[in-house]
Amino acid sequence: MALAYRSRFGHTAHVAFCVAVFVFLIAPILVVVPLSFNAEPYFTFTEGMLRFDAEAYSLRWYAQVATDEGWLRALVNSFLIGSCATALATVLGTCAALGLSNPAMPGRPLVMGLLISPMVTPVIISAAGMFFFYSGLGLAQTHIGLILAHAALGTPFVVITVTATLSGFDRNLTRAAASLGAGPWRGFRRVQLPLIAPGVISGALFAFATSFDEVVTVLFMGGLEQRTIPREMWAGIREEISPAILAVATMLIVFALALMGAVEWLRRRGEATA
Amino acid sequence: MADAPTEEPPAVSAARTYVEFDGVYKSYDGATLVVRDLQLDVREGEFLTLLGPSGSGKTTCLMMLAGFEAPSRGAIRIDGQAVENVPPRQRDIGMVFQNYALFPHMTVGENLAFPLEARHLGASQIAERVARALALVRLEGYERRRPGQLSGGQQQRVAIARALVFEPNLVLMDEPLGALDRRLREEMQFEIRRIQRELGVTVVYVTHDQQEAMAMSDRVAVFNAGRIEQVAAPEVLYEEPMRPFVASFIGDNNLLPGRVTSVEGDTCVVAVGEEHINAFPVEPHAVGDEVVLAIRPERVQLAPAAGVYSNELQVQVADMAFLGDHLRVLTEVCGVNFVVKIPNIVGHGGVLAGEAIRLGWTTLDCRALRPDVGLNVES
Repeated sequence: MALAYRSRFGHTAHVAFCVAVFVFLIAPILVVVPLSFNAEPYFTFTEGMLRFDAEAYSLRWYAQVATDEGWLRALVNSFLIGSCATALATVLGTCAALGLSNPAMPGRPLVMGLLISPMVTPVIISAAGMFFFYSGLGLAQTHIGLILAHAALGTPFVVITVTATLSGFDRNLTRAAASLGAGPWRGFRRVQLPLIAPGVISGALFAFATSFDEVVTVLFMGGLEQRTIPREMWAGIREEISPAILAVATMLIVFALALMGAVEWLRRRGEATA
Repeated sequence: MADAPTEEPPAVSAARTYVEFDGVYKSYDGATLVVRDLQLDVREGEFLTLLGPSGSGKTTCLMMLAGFEAPSRGAIRIDGQAVENVPPRQRDIGMVFQNYALFPHMTVGENLAFPLEARHLGASQIAERVARALALVRLEGYERRRPGQLSGGQQQRVAIARALVFEPNLVLMDEPLGALDRRLREEMQFEIRRIQRELGVTVVYVTHDQQEAMAMSDRVAVFNAGRIEQVAAPEVLYEEPMRPFVASFIGDNNLLPGRVTSVEGDTCVVAVGEEHINAFPVEPHAVGDEVVLAIRPERVQLAPAAGVYSNELQVQVADMAFLGDHLRVLTEVCGVNFVVKIPNIVGHGGVLAGEAIRLGWTTLDCRALRPDVGLNVES
C-alpha cells in the first residue's frame, strides 16, 4: 500500500514537473497569439478579451502589418536574404560534407571544426568581426554582405545534417555508378544526391531559419534598406510600442511550426527509404 | 547478350588471354602487402574464380581489376591494354557487388537503364535492351518494382542483369551469393553459369566458398595470404593439389608432416614419426627434404588382408560418426589426427570405437607436397 502510494506520488510529481517545463517553454510564446488579436493598442489582456467578448478581438494589427511599407520591405528582405543565404550555405555545406566524408582527405577534424565554428562562436563576436571585415571590402550595409554573413552562419547546419546522412550512405553505390559508366557528376546527381536529399533539405531549412530569425548581424551590418523582420521588430519595440509586433510574431510562429513540420516529415521519409 | 543468336558455340576453347595480372603487388599502408607478386591470366570467355579465405587478397584483386584500387607495383592488362590510367567508368566492366548495390530510389527498369543512359543510347534501344536483360534473368514484368520490394534472390538477378545490360566483355562478381540461403545459392550458381555460357562473357568471380567455386568455375585460383597457391580446373585442384594449403582448402585431406628418406623414380619414402610411407612426389624432392603428405579420407580403405596396398597401417579407432552417405572414422597416425571416410554402400562393414583396424592406401593417393611458404616472409 505504502509502495503504491509512493509510486503514484512519484508519478504525479513527474507529470507535474514535465508540465511545468512545457509551460515555461511554451507559455511565453503562446501568450503572444491571442494578444495579437487585441482590439486595443495594449500588450495586456483587456477585460473584454478575458470575457471572450467578440468585439475585444480584431485583425487590425494584421491589417496594419499588411499595409505598412516598413514591414513589407522587411518581409521582402527577410525572404530575399534568407533564400540567397540558404542557397549558398546549402551548396557550400553539401560540398564540404562530401569532401569530409572521404576517408582519404587529410586534416578532416581540423576542417570540420573550422566549418562548425560559426555555430559555437558567440554571434556578437562573429557579427562584430564581420562588420569590420566587410566594411573594409565595402560590403557593409549591402544585401550581398548580409547574404554572405548569413550563409556563413547557416553552413554549419548543412555540414552537420549532410555529414550525418552520408554516414549511412553505401559507398558501393557510388562505385556501382562508376562501374556502370557514369561520370562523377552523373553519379552524384542521379545516385548520391537523391539519396542524401533529406539531409540536404533539412540542412537548408535550418540554414533558412538561422537567417530568418537572426538580428545581431543585421544590427551590425544592415542599413535601413537591409532591415529584416527581426530587425524591424527590434526597432518596433524600441521606437513605437504597437501590437503589430505581436501580429508579426504570430505569423513567425506559424511559419516556424511549418518549417519544423517539414524537417520532421523529411526525417521520417529519410528513415523510410534508408 | 549477343546481337543476333549465333549458331556456333562461344569460343571458350580459343584460350586467348583477356585479362593479365603481371607482377602485381598491393599494399594499402606501404608496409603490409595484401597482394604479392600476382601472376594471373584470365582467358577470353572463361569463368575464373578467385577462391580463398577472407583477407587473402582476392577481393583486392577484383577491386584493382575494376579500377577502384591501384596496384602498388606491376601492371594489369585488359585485352592487351594496360589499364592503370583508365578510370572505372571507362573500363566497360560489369560488376556485381556483394550487397548488390542496387540504387534503392530507382525502379528495376531505371536501375537497368542507368548504364545505357550513361552511354547516351536512345529511349527505344534502352527499353529493348532492358527487356532483354530482364528476360535473361527471368524477371520479365518487374520493371516498375523497386529493389526494396524484391526478395534477396530477385535483387541478385537484377544486379546481374544490370551488370550485363550494357554488354560488357568482362563481368566481375564479388561474393554475389553470400547473402542468400543455401537452397537459393545453389539455384543461383546454376543460373549464373547458364547466363555466362549463353553470353560467352568472361567472368572473374570471387568467393570463399570452395563448393561454389568447384560448381561454377572453368578454373579456380586459390589465394592464401596475398599469393596465388595454384590455378587449375576444379578437378585438377582436387586430384592434384600442389600445396598443403590447397589440399586442405579444397575438400578434406589428412596432412602428415614428414621427411624424405629415399627417392626412387615416381615414388619417395617419407618418414612420418616411426612410420615409413610410400608417397608420390608432386615435384622433385631430395633425400632430407621436409614434405607434407596429403591423403584424401575417401581414398583410404579398410584393408582386409596384408599386402594389398603399398601403404598399410595398424591403427585404433578413436571415434566414429554416421553421416548418412558415409561413415567418418577418426583415428591417429603418428600422433596426428587421421580421418577415414567409408562410403555407406552395401557391405561397407561397420567399425566400432576402440577397435583396431588396418588402413591402406596407394602410393598415388598419397601426395608428397612441399610445405607452405611461411606467411609474411619477404615483402
